[in-house]
Amino acid sequence: MPPPAARTELRTPTSFDVIVDRGERSQAIFEEIGRVLTHPRCVNCHPADDSPRQGELHAMHDPPVLRGAGGRGVPALPCAGCHQDRNVELARVPGAVDWHLAPSQMVWLDRSVGTICTQLVDPQRNGGKTLAQLHDHLAHDGLVAWGWNPGSGRAPAPGTQAQLAALFQAWIDTGAVCPQETVK
Amino acid sequence: MMIKVTINGALREVDAEPDMPVLWVLRDLLGLTGTKYGCGEALCGACTVHLDGEAVRACVTPIRRAEGRALTTIEGLSPTGEHPLQKAWTELGVPQCGFCQAGQIMSAAALLAVNPSPSDEDIDRSLAGNICRCGTYVRIRAAVKKAAKP
Repeated sequence: MPPPAARTELRTPTSFDVIVDRGERSQAIFEEIGRVLTHPRCVNCHPADDSPRQGELHAMHDPPVLRGAGGRGVPALPCAGCHQDRNVELARVPGAVDWHLAPSQMVWLDRSVGTICTQLVDPQRNGGKTLAQLHDHLAHDGLVAWGWNPGSGRAPAPGTQAQLAALFQAWIDTGAVCPQETVK
Repeated sequence: MMIKVTINGALREVDAEPDMPVLWVLRDLLGLTGTKYGCGEALCGACTVHLDGEAVRACVTPIRRAEGRALTTIEGLSPTGEHPLQKAWTELGVPQCGFCQAGQIMSAAALLAVNPSPSDEDIDRSLAGNICRCGTYVRIRAAVKKAAKP
């Protein structure tokens, strides 16, 4: 294994070249991707229930909002009622275009990296996306990008969105092998 | 910067920074003080208004978002104060101190606009973000039910 990266950084795809076995290399690369996918900035909006989470300790959302239709809240309490197209620093309200909860079949909170991976590549649970479309989503989606621009008082996801995209491409190129699923 | 926005049915032009919160525009620039400042962080719901019919928190909504769109405040909910919610509020004597009530009514109106006959659970879910420190929640729910279509 390549040496670990600092908590705020990601290892590069080439740093995994020291792993000779292609499948093992692919799994190791996804474990690195998993450091982003399991980060509070990401999992807080991928819960198993209908309430988003907040902060580093995944506290329940305050006010007590609910998923609602399309993950965009309930009448009179939509996500966009408070969350703007960018962070509102004075009020400490995070924001990005089309702020919403991930679909209920995309549960990342309290799931292992292997479980997230298996779910991510399952067209039944990923919105029918191909690996290329998943790459495009992770590389360019504005809500994904917010993970590295979360506003003051929130730790950003490690590395950068471009580095995540490069790792995801490397994972695809090595056969897209998921790490073993474990119970977290 | 001059920003055009329809407020309570009238086209207004306000001279404001694009990021000025709608609440500041309403209260400080236009003198519409029915919408209240509670927390300033979108946590309490006292400043709830409608933007094109959707409930938004005026304290965190920049006025640029409202440009070319329609804002409705408690003053504009009914020209005569006879919106079914306002009548129900009066008949049931809902408010205690009253500070949160404009926001409560605006949230309830946004709910009834899309769900004219809400269940208790619907009301609780939609008004969960409107805090009343006097604890008038039971009367609020009763008034929303009274204003709803049977």
